Amino acid sequence: MATDNRPLSPHLQVYRPQLTSVLSILHRITGIALAAGSLLLVWWLIAAATGPTAFDTVQSFIGSVIGRILLLGWSFALFYHLCNGIRHLVWDSGKGFELNTVYASGWLVVVAATVLTVISWIAAYVVLGGAGS
Amino acid sequence: MSIRTPLGRARGLGSAKTGTDHWWAQRVTALALIPLVIWFVVSMIVNTGSDHEAALSFISSPINAVLLTLLIVATFYHGQLGLQVVIEDYIHTKWLEVALILSVKGGAIFLGVASVYAVIAIALGG
Repeated sequence: MATDNRPLSPHLQVYRPQLTSVLSILHRITGIALAAGSLLLVWWLIAAATGPTAFDTVQSFIGSVIGRILLLGWSFALFYHLCNGIRHLVWDSGKGFELNTVYASGWLVVVAATVLTVISWIAAYVVLGGAGS
Repeated sequence: MSIRTPLGRARGLGSAKTGTDHWWAQRVTALALIPLVIWFVVSMIVNTGSDHEAALSFISSPINAVLLTLLIVATFYHGQLGLQVVIEDYIHTKWLEVALILSVKGGAIFLGVASVYAVIAIALGG
């Protein structure tokens, strides 16, 4: 049976991006990014178990410009996935599906993830400054 | 009135017959990860720039070792469930889909076990 000539439903790119669709795909993208980011935690733990030299290598990577940029991305991804994950859990309970509520919770997630990221980095630099390094 | 049989209702598998356990496990691990991730982020901030000795004393504290182990298990379990769905959605070549899903699951087990081993080695080594 030939199936390749059947009409297709419109592809994703014909739709105008909206907050709802952008946040939805961002949840998936941040999830994939966090899976990759878990490698840093694995490396950090194994290096700590291996010895001071291996541990210093991880710490200097994390402290490097590339390391800090990656960590900034991963920390935002973590906070975004956490906040939007809670939004999903609320939806799973059957609540929050009114259109204005969906938009309000969406913006709340964006703002909360951004604020948490900024606060965390300020706190981390305060700790770093206090350690005198 | 529902036309579902009492047995079908009790099994709770719905019309797809499968996947409910996957859906539930993703939500349960998500719920567990909320407090664990908050604890983890705060701990990592406190440990910013730690030297090796400070990191070892953080990891080997019993409560931290237990919470780290729970975080690792929940993270890799949740992560491989999520990546499995992504692969199922976008990869339409069957052998490649199966190969990728098996790699993700195998990788999650390997990385999870390696991380838990590291935590236990540090906790018991000191």
